[in-house]
Amino acid sequence: MTIKINGKETETQSADLGQLAEELSLPAQGTAMALSGKMVPRQDWSSTPLSDGASVFIIKAAYGG
Amino acid sequence: MDPNRYERQVNLPEIGLEGQKKLSRAKVLIVGAGGLGSPISTYLTGAGVGTIGLMDDDVVSLNNLHRQVLYSEALIGQPKVLRAAERLRALNSEVEIRPYQEKLTESNATVIVREYDIVVDATDNRAARYLLSDTCQALGKPYVYGAICGLEGQVAVLCKGHATYRTLYPQVEGAPVPVPPKMVSGVTPAITGSVEAAQVIQLICGYGEPLVDKLWTIDLRTMQTAIIDL
Repeated sequence: MTIKINGKETETQSADLGQLAEELSLPAQGTAMALSGKMVPRQDWSSTPLSDGASVFIIKAAYGG
Repeated sequence: MDPNRYERQVNLPEIGLEGQKKLSRAKVLIVGAGGLGSPISTYLTGAGVGTIGLMDDDVVSLNNLHRQVLYSEALIGQPKVLRAAERLRALNSEVEIRPYQEKLTESNATVIVREYDIVVDATDNRAARYLLSDTCQALGKPYVYGAICGLEGQVAVLCKGHATYRTLYPQVEGAPVPVPPKMVSGVTPAITGSVEAAQVIQLICGYGEPLVDKLWTIDLRTMQTAIIDL
């Protein structure tokens, strides 16, 4: 299916956010994901299904100042 | 208070004389006097925030100068908060500037944060952010979070609604602590710090919709911005 990741159309086989995190090799901490503009806690990633056209936003931790 | 000084912002219906009075009564603590701290402290001093605490234990280095616009070549090796305090007092003598030439630690955080109405994040590490967030949550103080990485910036108002720094980045026991890369454009903290200062002014004067429980992000490669509900 086709989803949007940070505004870019992307093909994915992942059925949920947990699988998408694996597919994209996101690190174990310091990354947050939002679906349709709403943050999804990491513990809920695997129970949050993706559907065609879903809009995912990946937030990389920033520590600098 | 000289009315001339603040004329152009008082003319804004969102601020007005009432907002200016609120600003002059406000006490804001800025933790960090580097890339983010430079624009935050400059604009809040200019705006006439009554009391500004500025905390940092670092000294000025040559590689700070492309982004830490409070400082100049002649100040290399000197304590940042002391030189920043001089600069800010010269900008607006009506503002009480309180420099803290020390690191934020578990033993000083509560005592210092308690003195202020709003805490602004200008730190450069994750441990300080967990400590700031936990302290602000315990004391019921709004925590204006800001952080940068390379060409990206983030701002949120935490510890005012339900979200804290731990909502954004939960601490995972045993997971490796990422080391942030030492690369950044000077304009990244300029933009991000200015957004933090804007949030502080908005919170004090009480207009619009501040980023309470919302994360604002900007990517300076594409100028894409996003607001995420936390």
